[in-house]
Amino acid sequence: MPDALLSLQALNAHYGDFQALYGVNLKVEPGEVVAVIGANGAGKTTMLRSIAGLLRNAPEAIRWKGQAIGALRADQVAALGIALVPEGRLLFPSLSVEENLIIGGQLGRKGPWSLPRVYELFPILKERRHQQSTSLSGGQQQMVAIGRALMANPELVLMDEISLGLAPVIIRQIYEALPGIVGEGLTAMIVEQDIAKALSVSQRVYCLQEGRVSLEGQSQSVPREEITRAYFGV
Amino acid sequence: MTLIVTRRTRLSTAWLILLVPIVLLLIAAPWWAGRADLRLMGEIALYMSLAVLWNLLAGYAGLVSVGQQAYVGFGGYLFFALTMLAGLHPYAALPLVVLAGFVISAPVAVLIFRLRGAYFAIGTWVVAEVFRLSFAQVSALGGGSGTSLSPNIVRSLADGRDAREAVAWWLALGAVSLVIGAVVWLLRSRQGVALTAIRDNELAARSLGIDIWRTKFTVYVLVSGLTALIGALIFLQKLRISPDAAFSANDWTAFVIFIVVIGGIGTLEGPILGTLVFFALRETLADLGTVYLIALGIVAIVIMLFAPRGLWGFLRDRWGVELFPLSRRVSGLAKKEA
Repeated sequence: MPDALLSLQALNAHYGDFQALYGVNLKVEPGEVVAVIGANGAGKTTMLRSIAGLLRNAPEAIRWKGQAIGALRADQVAALGIALVPEGRLLFPSLSVEENLIIGGQLGRKGPWSLPRVYELFPILKERRHQQSTSLSGGQQQMVAIGRALMANPELVLMDEISLGLAPVIIRQIYEALPGIVGEGLTAMIVEQDIAKALSVSQRVYCLQEGRVSLEGQSQSVPREEITRAYFGV
Repeated sequence: MTLIVTRRTRLSTAWLILLVPIVLLLIAAPWWAGRADLRLMGEIALYMSLAVLWNLLAGYAGLVSVGQQAYVGFGGYLFFALTMLAGLHPYAALPLVVLAGFVISAPVAVLIFRLRGAYFAIGTWVVAEVFRLSFAQVSALGGGSGTSLSPNIVRSLADGRDAREAVAWWLALGAVSLVIGAVVWLLRSRQGVALTAIRDNELAARSLGIDIWRTKFTVYVLVSGLTALIGALIFLQKLRISPDAAFSANDWTAFVIFIVVIGGIGTLEGPILGTLVFFALRETLADLGTVYLIALGIVAIVIMLFAPRGLWGFLRDRWGVELFPLSRRVSGLAKKEA
């Protein structure tokens, strides 16, 4: 069997004495959208940060096309083609919308994404391109964060709670843009608390509960009760 | 469709055009300024260089060093050693001082970059003290009491005192131009984009593929080499060097931090404006003795309270002005619709 694009093999993660992840196994195949759901504190963000190289305590457990990448620094992981849309967006506040996007492309990887393509995806950003990134609404800031990650022309994009703190209508708008993103052959891993949204855009779903994988299945066919049980642990 | 990335604004273009006659006027200073004024202007140029460099270090790369006097003193001493002991012409010694600054600061960076925050600041100070104590051991350079530049080296610069004063001024003017030019070049390069992103959010910058360590290392080494050059020029102007003067934390770091903080940290214009304000205060208040330092302290506190981003930050927030074309603006996108 060929190697998965990304695989986690018994991934553990610690913050000092506190263990946040216990032996997480997970696979992402090229071209698919994988959703990771779970309640607050289930370890979703920790998992993404480990993959992105922002937490480095599992050198062998994270594999990219079969190669162990857990010991790499965040910038080296990004250079492989793994982009993170971080929780809380983390834009560069002193820079304009456009400058934020340009910085996203600073690695110079080739691919379909460019400023005009990002503006096509999120036309509102084009109107606001000279504004300071932090003067935008939360939803627009989220679009900048997604666009910034796309500008890197990654093979895999990790999206951390892109619906967090946004109004339902904005969330719908952002999720409507997702097919246009993954349609470009991009692989995505979407971490969400919003179960319905996560299931609607993904092919496969993992549920994390207290640092462990409590469920794994096809997004369209997993019974809702099982998801509820895996999510809340009842 | 072609995208045109420009950083110019109408104001910054006007400023760059205005800069030409200003620079010409400054080059001609030996013909219109008195000897004392020329010395003062030279000192201003050298302080401005130190401030612009420290601002790059602290304001852009987040490396809050309180030990840059290490490189001022290193540059000064090395210049004296190269000219007096190795017999080099001063013009040959100056580029070597820059190179030596690069070379000596690289291992220092590897060492002190292991420290974070306040520990980093203390580490830089310790390094400066190590430099001071080391140079105080060199008896050929006068040991603890220092030495004077031999008259034949001073004479090799130019004939006659006025000509030498003019050369010293041109060297200082050249140095500040070089420093500002180097900083503009760096900030406009890919490294500069990376620096701005790091300053704003290190975590996001890292996950976008920016190598933080290498970026900071580049800045530290560049700043240290150029600081050594400024050190050489400072002591060429003073004609005398001693460990306490060369490695003075007060003269080469505390005043420089004051200049950058009141001018506006994290902007290129800030340290330039700050230097002018600092010298305006010094020249009007210096006769008051201790009161002068109290006044400086009050100015610093007032600015930190009411304009925490410094005078330039205050002006920029008000009117959005920028003299150096550093921010990127992209045009050409609108043409697609038209």
